[in-house]
Amino acid sequence: MSEKAVVQLIDVKKSYGPQQVLKGVNLSIMEGKTTVIVGGSGQGKSQIIKHILGLVRPDSGKVLVYGKDISRAGKRELRAIRAGFGVLFQNAALFDSMTVYDNVALPLRERTRLPEAEIKKIVDRNLALMDITGSDDKYPAQISGGMRKRVGLARALVLEPRIIFFDEPTTGLDVAKSNEIYRVFFRTQTQLKYTAVIVSHDVPKIFKLADYVALLHNGLIHSCITPEEFQLSDDPVIREFVETTMGQLYSSEMEGEL
Amino acid sequence: MIRFFEKLGADVLYQVNQIGRMGIFLFYSVVSMLMPPYKVFPVVKQIYHIGARSVFVILFTGVFTGMVLGLQGYNTLSKFGAEGLLGTAVALSLIRELGPVMAALMVTGRAGSAICAEIGIMRISEQIDALECMAIDPHKYVVAPKFIAGIVSLPLLTALFNVIGILGGYAVGVGLLGINEGAYFSSMYNDVEFGDIYMGFVKSLCFGVLIIWICSSKGYYVHLTKGGGFGAEGVSSVTTNAVVMSSVCILLFDYFLTSVLL
Ligand SMILES: Nc1ncnc2c1ncn2[C@@H]1O[C@H](COP(=O)(O)OP(=O)(O)OP(=O)(O)O)[C@@H](O)[C@H]1O
Ligand SMILES: [Mg+2]
Repeated sequence: MSEKAVVQLIDVKKSYGPQQVLKGVNLSIMEGKTTVIVGGSGQGKSQIIKHILGLVRPDSGKVLVYGKDISRAGKRELRAIRAGFGVLFQNAALFDSMTVYDNVALPLRERTRLPEAEIKKIVDRNLALMDITGSDDKYPAQISGGMRKRVGLARALVLEPRIIFFDEPTTGLDVAKSNEIYRVFFRTQTQLKYTAVIVSHDVPKIFKLADYVALLHNGLIHSCITPEEFQLSDDPVIREFVETTMGQLYSSEMEGEL
Repeated sequence: MIRFFEKLGADVLYQVNQIGRMGIFLFYSVVSMLMPPYKVFPVVKQIYHIGARSVFVILFTGVFTGMVLGLQGYNTLSKFGAEGLLGTAVALSLIRELGPVMAALMVTGRAGSAICAEIGIMRISEQIDALECMAIDPHKYVVAPKFIAGIVSLPLLTALFNVIGILGGYAVGVGLLGINEGAYFSSMYNDVEFGDIYMGFVKSLCFGVLIIWICSSKGYYVHLTKGGGFGAEGVSSVTTNAVVMSSVCILLFDYFLTSVLL
């Protein structure tokens, strides 16, 4: 394979008290590809993202980002690595005492030396991309949950990241809005060629976007394969996931083939 | 028995850990405060929150502290027939002790608690994590402006407290109790030395750092704090804790600084 892994989790284990959340996760994220992490609620998907971001330290095992062990990186090194990140937290984590506009402008103001007029142009474009207009002066508490998600996305994309981590980007959005978000992903990814790690419950729609699907099951990455392989796999765990999340439609297709 | 030692050991470890954490916090904050780029607006905003908005409280408590000093001082001094020294007594107690300490306690109650709660909420709602993931240093962005504002505001507020306190003492001593007006100020001119002012200034600077340090680091590490509950409850208990600890530390440090500076 000529592909390069930008992020590698090697035998990552993490426990909270008696609960072992990650039991030896192995996962490689390929450069320029979209990896979608799926799995039941509370399985530890967000925890995997937090490990990669360097916010949580594994009990054992390694998390390599661009070949560097992120849990041992110094403050400066960490900042250099994170400079290429675009992150959407599951709860969006907007700065709640700043307006929508300032939230999206913040990375530009703190990390670049662009003049305010230029910043305004970029922010407006990103907000329009996410279909949020006319709410510039509102505070996060004054907008809807779905809007918060989209502001978070606009903020994550504003610095043209090399690698994005989106934790449930479309949860809480209506179908039309989430389709629109997927189109935006598709467009920005062909434009920016970023690597993407997306946690989603929006199966099977998210598969259209995915190059790889990683299924987290019982604290382990059960498989990391292409969506086609995933949907046609006859592995019992994957079959069960496919049947419960996608319903009878797909399973009856399978039966028809048999 | 073994349980007891286990618990004791865990508690000691936790405390040592906490002290180490706060030390590292101070180090990072000071370093990021000194590193460029320097942004003016956030600092001005914090000076407004910590300094300007404390002015009323400082004026109010200052004038009453001065007045009570005038009353008490007059009563004591008149026993020795030394009412003329009232100006000196009021000014020295304010400049050397009460000004820095009272102003610091007032700022702790007003701004320290606010800082702790603000940073604590940013922590529990993952805003600090979000900053880190954007490669923005939370020490530089959130904490450093507060430190600068504390260092700038506290001496100024203390000076304000002293001035208004001396005027309060004047109002009681001269206005109410009929001391000679000239005597009140001239004794002050003669007896207050630069060393006294210097002492008060150093104290107020140290208290400024102390308040911001304790209050912001307590909020910053709210997620690692044991036994205070989670979420809103965690923030509330850590804020109470920060205010108590910073008030106690102000009085402790006041003693040490006095013994060093005298
Ligand atoms: N700080 C923590 N302390 C204790 N347990 C935790 C902590 N953080 C996460 N967990 C546990 O780790 C498990 C995985 O959590 P995580 O948020 O990663 O789930 P998830 O797969 O993202 O679920 P969802 O799809 O609902 O977002 C949960 O069972 C949770 O209880
Ligand atoms: Mg999650």
